[in-house]
Amino acid sequence: MAAVEVPSSREAHPEKQGGPFSKPDANLSLAHFIVVFVALVLGGIAGALQAEVRSGTLTLPAGIDYYALLTLHGVVMALVVTTYFIVGFLLAFSGHLLGGELKPTPRLLGWIGFIVMTLGTAMAAIEILLGNASVLYTFYAPMQASPWFYVGVTLLIVGSWISGAAIFVQYHLWRKEHPGERSPLGAFMAVCTFILWDIATLGVAIESLFQLIPWSFGLTKTINVELSRTFFWYFGHPLVYFWLLPAYIVWYTVIPKIVGGKVFSDTLARFAFLLFILFSVPVGFHHQLMDPGIQSGWKFVQVVLTMMVVIPSLMTAYALFATFIRAGRAKGQTGFTGWLKAMPWGDVRFLAPFIGMVGFIFGGAGGIINASNQMNAMVHNTLWVTGHFHETLALTVILTFFGASYWLLPALSGRKLTPQMNKLGILQTILWTVGMVIMSGAMHAVGLLGAPRRTSYTTYQNNPLAQTWVGYEQWMAIGGIILFIGLALMVYNAFRMIYGAPKGYTEVPVADIEEEAGTPPAIFEKWWLWIGITVVLVLIAYFVPVTQMIQNAGPGSPGFNTWNFGR
Amino acid sequence: MHFPRYEKIWLAIGGGALAVFLIVLGIYGFGMGFNTPHDTQTVDAQTISQNPNFQPGVKQTGPNRYEVTIVARTFSFAPAVIQVPAGAEVTFRMTSADVVHGFEIPQTNVNVMVVPGQVTTITHTFEKPGNYLILCNEYCGTGHQLMQAQLQVQ
Repeated sequence: MAAVEVPSSREAHPEKQGGPFSKPDANLSLAHFIVVFVALVLGGIAGALQAEVRSGTLTLPAGIDYYALLTLHGVVMALVVTTYFIVGFLLAFSGHLLGGELKPTPRLLGWIGFIVMTLGTAMAAIEILLGNASVLYTFYAPMQASPWFYVGVTLLIVGSWISGAAIFVQYHLWRKEHPGERSPLGAFMAVCTFILWDIATLGVAIESLFQLIPWSFGLTKTINVELSRTFFWYFGHPLVYFWLLPAYIVWYTVIPKIVGGKVFSDTLARFAFLLFILFSVPVGFHHQLMDPGIQSGWKFVQVVLTMMVVIPSLMTAYALFATFIRAGRAKGQTGFTGWLKAMPWGDVRFLAPFIGMVGFIFGGAGGIINASNQMNAMVHNTLWVTGHFHETLALTVILTFFGASYWLLPALSGRKLTPQMNKLGILQTILWTVGMVIMSGAMHAVGLLGAPRRTSYTTYQNNPLAQTWVGYEQWMAIGGIILFIGLALMVYNAFRMIYGAPKGYTEVPVADIEEEAGTPPAIFEKWWLWIGITVVLVLIAYFVPVTQMIQNAGPGSPGFNTWNFGR
Repeated sequence: MHFPRYEKIWLAIGGGALAVFLIVLGIYGFGMGFNTPHDTQTVDAQTISQNPNFQPGVKQTGPNRYEVTIVARTFSFAPAVIQVPAGAEVTFRMTSADVVHGFEIPQTNVNVMVVPGQVTTITHTFEKPGNYLILCNEYCGTGHQLMQAQLQVQ
């Protein structure tokens, strides 16, 4: 086992006091991370309770609704924790790569974005806790939540647009000061991530502003349900790539440095990210395969486009393992598996993201099953799907984010990752992995047997088949408890790294590029071209079916509150 | 843009497998009729109980063919008990009177969304006699976990 290399000491950077980030940049990002780790506690409590209730182990005290907790868990974990982490990380990272710190305009935009996002999050959270919005994080019409819930979610998204604009401005100013130079790889990837996000969130913004908000305020009487589902899923799938791309940024640009290697190919890494922009948006129908109102041909077009992401995913897998093998060779390891001996298994900054990568091999395979017309009939809306996105989001993405926290948080707070904290990090990584493998594994298995997702404890009046599901649900509950312990340890570690660890300089580990990697073509940074191709693909995939949905719209639907009949 | 030789081989194998996979999916779907719901017919959810074309029940439509009309509404399906003969081709024709529901018969390929204002149809042949559980698998409100029906295949 390789020794942990505690990141380089202050002597190496005598000119810098505290950390690699300026104080104002560090404060901006840390504000985001404090929200992340407070929200994790809230979402974690809701998640742990849910797992116990679902298995029949626990009955909630009267007055607490299982579905309100489910809504809280989904909104907090899928929308709040992810978005704040990504914004906090990429603001600091792109400022660091593009000139060392954020310029005044991007920094101001970053704070405005933070305030708008936080206002929206608070509004949505209050409405959920008051029981006015038990509509889950997909908020399917015609269940109708309080209008302030929709306004809150919309503000969260608008805030993230402003924060994304901060990164665009920083990048633009850097390019003006460095004509003809290629942008740093990590910054290029951050720009890709927010281009993807802006294109994707247009769908949910249209759904909110033109359908949900006027309808919930009573300005319009009815809503076109199938159209609202289509706008939601136009956003809902690229949403998962918005989570995944920042994890890929860590894998492509940081992990090579931590394993003592280099970025395998700068050009191909950029190309993979551009392909992710193109093929992550025009694909939402694969979440609506079992919906009426959409012709089979259009569903199949989007299934094909969905599967195209296999190509950049395979490129990513190749690049990462090529990096590992080369790093292993540089340390004298040969053969097909020799590199395994050269990896820093005792370094949490490597271990956590690496487990995320391995998890994603299985997550990707599961995703291909979900997006295939016929196989989807077996797993649609079963616990298999819940297992799938806990594996992809909570294992792959979140574990990568946790691993990155062990260098990012001390770098931001001007502190050091001590060997003891590294050990706690390894323990936390193991707890999270074991808990998630048990929970997600049980979800996948019981989903194949037919158990539905998003359902409180039930045996369907002692139905013999449904009774066989309970054993799996108890495994889910055990996994949930282990996960909650892992989460609590992560929150402790995070606040320790922000406020308690010894002062010192922690570097931002960014890998160099292999010498023979070549220069990426200039066309890669002609953003309007890539946005234009994406728009064309979106029009091909969506224009006809959406037009049909609007033209063939039957009578719309009024709103229903089916969770709180007293309202 | 330069791809290393081994990466070309890797991508060719992956891309080739993907192409074969998509062709198989397409042939199953369009050539052999294993398709997902695709009705674009609409119906008024608010007046569904007075709609003469949408009265819940089982109707024989041909030799060994049946059509089952189902209305989903929080938190039940009408009819609550459905009887069909084993080996018959059964077409379920469904809509919702209020919010979105799911219609799942576990351990079969019958698993579709029931959306207010839209008509969902799906056809299946139940070869094995027995009692099948029908459940709602889309969250529809506080009693969602109670929403079920029974299919008796005789």
